[in-house]
Amino acid sequence: MTKPIISIRNVTKRYPGVVAVDDVSFDIMPNEFFALLGPSGCGKTTLLRMIAGLETSGTGDIIVDGQNMEGVPANTRPVNMVFQSYAVFPHMTVRDNVGYGLKVTGVAATDIAPRVEDALEMVQMSAMADRKPDQLSGGQRQRVALARALVKRPKVLLLDEPLSALDAKLREHMQLELARLQQVIGITFIIVTHDQDEALSMADRIAVMEKGGVRQIAGPEELYEKPHSRFVADFIGKINLIDATVSGVSKAGVTCVARGLGTVVVPHDGAASGSISLAVRPEKLTLSAEAPPSDSGISAKGVIRDVAYYGDVSNVFVTCDDGLELAVNVQNDRAAVGLLENGREVYASWHPSDTLILQE
Amino acid sequence: MARRTPKRGPLDYGKSPWLILFGFVTFIVLYAPIAQLIAFSFNDSKRNIVWRGFTTKYYAKAWNDASLVEAFTNSITIAVMCTVIATIIGTATALWLWRFRFPAKAAVEGIMALPIVIPEICMGVAVLVLYSRVGHWMRGFESGPIHWWNELFSIWPLNLGAITAAHIAFSFPFVAIVVRARLTGFNRELEEASKDLGASEWQTFRNVVLPFMMPGVVAGALLSFTLSLDDFVITFFTAGPETNTFPVKVYSLVRRGVSPDINAASTVLIVITLFATIIAMRMQAPSKTEG
Repeated sequence: MTKPIISIRNVTKRYPGVVAVDDVSFDIMPNEFFALLGPSGCGKTTLLRMIAGLETSGTGDIIVDGQNMEGVPANTRPVNMVFQSYAVFPHMTVRDNVGYGLKVTGVAATDIAPRVEDALEMVQMSAMADRKPDQLSGGQRQRVALARALVKRPKVLLLDEPLSALDAKLREHMQLELARLQQVIGITFIIVTHDQDEALSMADRIAVMEKGGVRQIAGPEELYEKPHSRFVADFIGKINLIDATVSGVSKAGVTCVARGLGTVVVPHDGAASGSISLAVRPEKLTLSAEAPPSDSGISAKGVIRDVAYYGDVSNVFVTCDDGLELAVNVQNDRAAVGLLENGREVYASWHPSDTLILQE
Repeated sequence: MARRTPKRGPLDYGKSPWLILFGFVTFIVLYAPIAQLIAFSFNDSKRNIVWRGFTTKYYAKAWNDASLVEAFTNSITIAVMCTVIATIIGTATALWLWRFRFPAKAAVEGIMALPIVIPEICMGVAVLVLYSRVGHWMRGFESGPIHWWNELFSIWPLNLGAITAAHIAFSFPFVAIVVRARLTGFNRELEEASKDLGASEWQTFRNVVLPFMMPGVVAGALLSFTLSLDDFVITFFTAGPETNTFPVKVYSLVRRGVSPDINAASTVLIVITLFATIIAMRMQAPSKTEG
């Protein structure tokens, strides 16, 4: 069994009047691309800064590669960080920026030059080595910040919202590039982001945080398909949440009375009781003009209230009985022609096994 | 079709002919005397009235006037000493105010800036009162063991210490304010990045913070240099018979009429101040890159 590269043990950090990080524990494995995902103010950046040693006076243990970081100052920790503002030194050239971390720690000048060249090569900035930061674009500055951190050969690279300042196109490009870099170098990356797409597309595992606590840690697919809580389900992608009350549990699943749906049976292998939420992703729903056969699954009759057209798909909002609102993703293929009109009566249906039961 | 006359906006006053004229007159009133002062330093006449031909002999005359040169040297010496010390104190103050939080910080900032707003004449009188008290107290030790102390402070340039101290007192807040303003634009992530990359606190200060605030420090230094060089009021109250500065000397000379050699010496002073100011403005120009 491989040993974790980072172990977070009961880490807590309080600011006056607020708990920024609330008793968090988890492990990160070597070579993992790990994402801390959550809305702003959830404590993800604080946790990252605690790993870097920039935030002190928290409690609990942060263990990096078997060494407890308690009392180890930021400048001697085997981790390096890419800052949100990139923090490229404005008075130094690209080359001096990248070499800075080696120079201040007394690496011989003859060793610095080749390492800096390698790092610049890696982020494709060799041609700009003699430029000053004010002659670079945002994306280029970020490459410098990356090279500057990677040249130190850290055990773990920390990235604080690295793509938030880039435009959409460049962000997509850098996502691929970061994933590629991580595979080439083979070190652990921890990225902090509030953008679920970013986390889903890049990370091997994602920790979803809320109010200082970790709500769920899982791979992208599991997180999307099997969220554990309303918060995670709602935060990752879009989801329909339907209030329901459990009336019985059997081998076939959970029988419950759901708002606007009546009595439905949902396959479920855990326990469930009291009031729950049924959750179903908009793309799992289908719309039809005729009532579907009653044995084909769960269905609800409703009226199309709004259609948002996105080219390949349309987001359709259907108002059903009992005030139930359902969002449906419809592929704009031939079947959809003529169906998607405001005020039209339709049936929304889905397979029971696409339904999640969220106990909360 | 009706001709459209574009209405002048409230800030388009640069287009009003009357305001242009007014601005021009203001410019003349401000700068003509200085131009005249410089021009007549080259006038071959004992009086500053009629132009009688070009000469540089009054520069030579000023140069050969021992008391004028002495006053000039004193002024420059005081300005240099004042600049060095005021820059160090001012920069340290700015860093302290920028870096740390402490109770009554706003009050401390206000008090620090007091020498800037207190009327100079009050500063002058206050310093005079202080010095006469200290002087009185020191004379009590005339025969005592610290007699050597008084001796020491009558040797040049230590005899300028009293004036220099007063100059430092009023010029260091200017340095502090300029450096502080510069530091406000500092991105704290730069400091964290430096530490994250392995630099110690001191290395971070030297390699990251200091280069960033340097334009402010240089601008503050030049500001305190020019402030000290041309200060009259406070110096007048603290200068002794042995310790004349240039502005005080000029004042005593003009009471007997302005002679061209004063014009010449003043021109030299203007040139020095002008250069210092130009450098200060260059240094103050905001850098295009921040973080």
